[in-house]
Amino acid sequence: MLTISDLQANIGEKQILKGINLTVKAGEVHAIMGPNGSGKSTLASVLAGREDYDVTGGSVDFEGKDLLDMAAEVRAAEGIFLAFQYPVEIPGVSTTNFLKTAMNEIRKYRGQDSLDAVQFLRLMKEKMKLVNIDQSLLSRALNEGFSGGEKKRNEIFQMAMLEPKLAILDETDSGLDIDALRIVAEGVNALRSPERATILVTHYQRLLDYIVPDYVHVLYKGRIVKSGPKELAFELEEKGYDWIKAEVEEAGV
Amino acid sequence: MTNQPQENSPVSTFRDRLLAGFRASEERMNGETKSPLHQVRRAALQTFETLGFPTVKHEEWKYSNVTSLINKAYELEQPSSITADDLAPLQIPNLSGNILYFVNGQYRADLSRIVSPTSEVQILPFREALTEQSEAVGAYFSRIADFQDNAFTALNTAFAFDGVFIRVPDGKTVTEPIILRFITDARSNSVAAQPRNLIIVGRNAEVKIVESYRTLGDEASFTNAVTEVVVARDARVEYYKVQNDTDQSYHIGTTQVRQSDNSLFYSATVTLNGGFVRNNLNIVLDGEHCEAHMYGLYIPNGKQHVDNHTLVDHAKPNSYSNELYKGILEERSTGVFNGKIYVRPDAQKTNAYQSCKNVVLSPDATMNTKPQLEIYADDVKCSHGTTTGKLNEEALFYMRSRGIPQEQAKTLLMFAFAEDVMTKIKIDPIREYLEGVVAQKLAM
Repeated sequence: MLTISDLQANIGEKQILKGINLTVKAGEVHAIMGPNGSGKSTLASVLAGREDYDVTGGSVDFEGKDLLDMAAEVRAAEGIFLAFQYPVEIPGVSTTNFLKTAMNEIRKYRGQDSLDAVQFLRLMKEKMKLVNIDQSLLSRALNEGFSGGEKKRNEIFQMAMLEPKLAILDETDSGLDIDALRIVAEGVNALRSPERATILVTHYQRLLDYIVPDYVHVLYKGRIVKSGPKELAFELEEKGYDWIKAEVEEAGV
Repeated sequence: MTNQPQENSPVSTFRDRLLAGFRASEERMNGETKSPLHQVRRAALQTFETLGFPTVKHEEWKYSNVTSLINKAYELEQPSSITADDLAPLQIPNLSGNILYFVNGQYRADLSRIVSPTSEVQILPFREALTEQSEAVGAYFSRIADFQDNAFTALNTAFAFDGVFIRVPDGKTVTEPIILRFITDARSNSVAAQPRNLIIVGRNAEVKIVESYRTLGDEASFTNAVTEVVVARDARVEYYKVQNDTDQSYHIGTTQVRQSDNSLFYSATVTLNGGFVRNNLNIVLDGEHCEAHMYGLYIPNGKQHVDNHTLVDHAKPNSYSNELYKGILEERSTGVFNGKIYVRPDAQKTNAYQSCKNVVLSPDATMNTKPQLEIYADDVKCSHGTTTGKLNEEALFYMRSRGIPQEQAKTLLMFAFAEDVMTKIKIDPIREYLEGVVAQKLAM
């Protein structure tokens, strides 16, 4: 589904991604872990099409198409979804109205008819249950005055509505208490399917207790320095990142 | 190069035309020239002659240059052939109420409809009120809007013949809104119109009033409007001003309000289009426990210029004022916001809030903001803030990452920004109509 080859990206003059290689197949869940400042969020943002970053090298193939060539909205229509680490507050635009616009734009891109009000509401009701989100929250301005947990649940709710092929969750666990974390994780798990893939970007192993990944990758200084099965996450939880840093320094990278 | 004195510069031409127009109107008046009211007009004309049109050297006109405005040969009393059919496309759907049409400044009874009973409200063309309501006119005309320091108010006062007189008796609630539609027919000539309105709202009375300005045609037009509003104690007034003129139109409008104890004045000023617009909204809170709300929205594009000057004068203790103006500026447009708040020494326990927020979408657009707070009492709560910036890039990316194309995301964000003020309009058909016009103008 997704093949990242030697991806390099800068912000301004500073190189953040120094050659990322990663292959994600349909049905898989990949966790990307690493210490702060290693480039995890940059990778998520570059995949979603944030223009603050300059891609200086490498390529990203998504279902046979050049992802880097697409505008952010085209990537969304092609099936990429980024759950934001810090969901943006948008005064004056309700979640409902926002999502309806987004869904119908995506459907237009795919040559499908727009959903009418009834179809949309029915779908919304169904997906609301998934993340235990309240109707009243959705009629309010998007994320405005939402608590941290409400914002993250709203991200997962939007993901459930848009049913992306590839979901990228950027530190979705940060700032969540255990109940909110469980709700978010259940939402993500409910969407797991053989046709879909997920990339979880996280600093802590905690989320992985609830969403069990197929692979764990450690990102450090802009490169994936270690990959392994889910057990790698436990090792990281136990020993921290220092041993990986040491390994990397030793190898003289 | 010869150095001859310049004669008949266009600036003096328009002035001369106005002075000649004044003399001509006097000649048609017979005995009325001796009336006290006409003495006010004469004094105002004299003031105008002394002051002349303001230049950018005048602090109040620093960012609004009227040179090109007064540089044109407007017809002062241009008849119009406009018919109900011409106005049909301008109708606001589902709008009921009193609808009065003024074309090139003159009341058109044939196009208007007054539905409220006279026991609820007296609505008269200003000209008729001069004789039929002479006492009320004498008591308030030019007493609210002082012309001593203001050339345009002086000019309007000198030419105060047409406009509307509205009086709501004590204790009455006017159930239907009063919509004043000032149409400038500039389809074949350059036109000048100077509507003069006097609104007297009695004790514990309530009314909703809309002033709407619309210019038709491509010729230049000049509107210089003055509205005086007297809000007696316990009265409640909703006042909306909507401007949808052309790039060739020049609009200077002053609304001067005086509030007494426990009264409420609630206003929104929406400027959709206009080549040059200057709004003065001046409110004197001459009573305790008054409330004044001022909302404003302006969305200039092209080379349009919109200048909002507001003044809240807290003259007595325990009153509240709140102001929110928002602007979206595109292309080469310019905007000005100048918000003054006076808190007089007596006006303890004043609460006064002011905010002006702007989105500037083009590097060629300019917004000038100037909050001016003069506080002479010590136990007050006042705040002000102005922001001018670009559209929120984070919000744009967020929307795009959900599949909303960039242009549409921008439009949605801008509309949401404007909606903050639009929702303050409490007459539903008007709000819905304006939302449509705003959405259309903001669509990229």
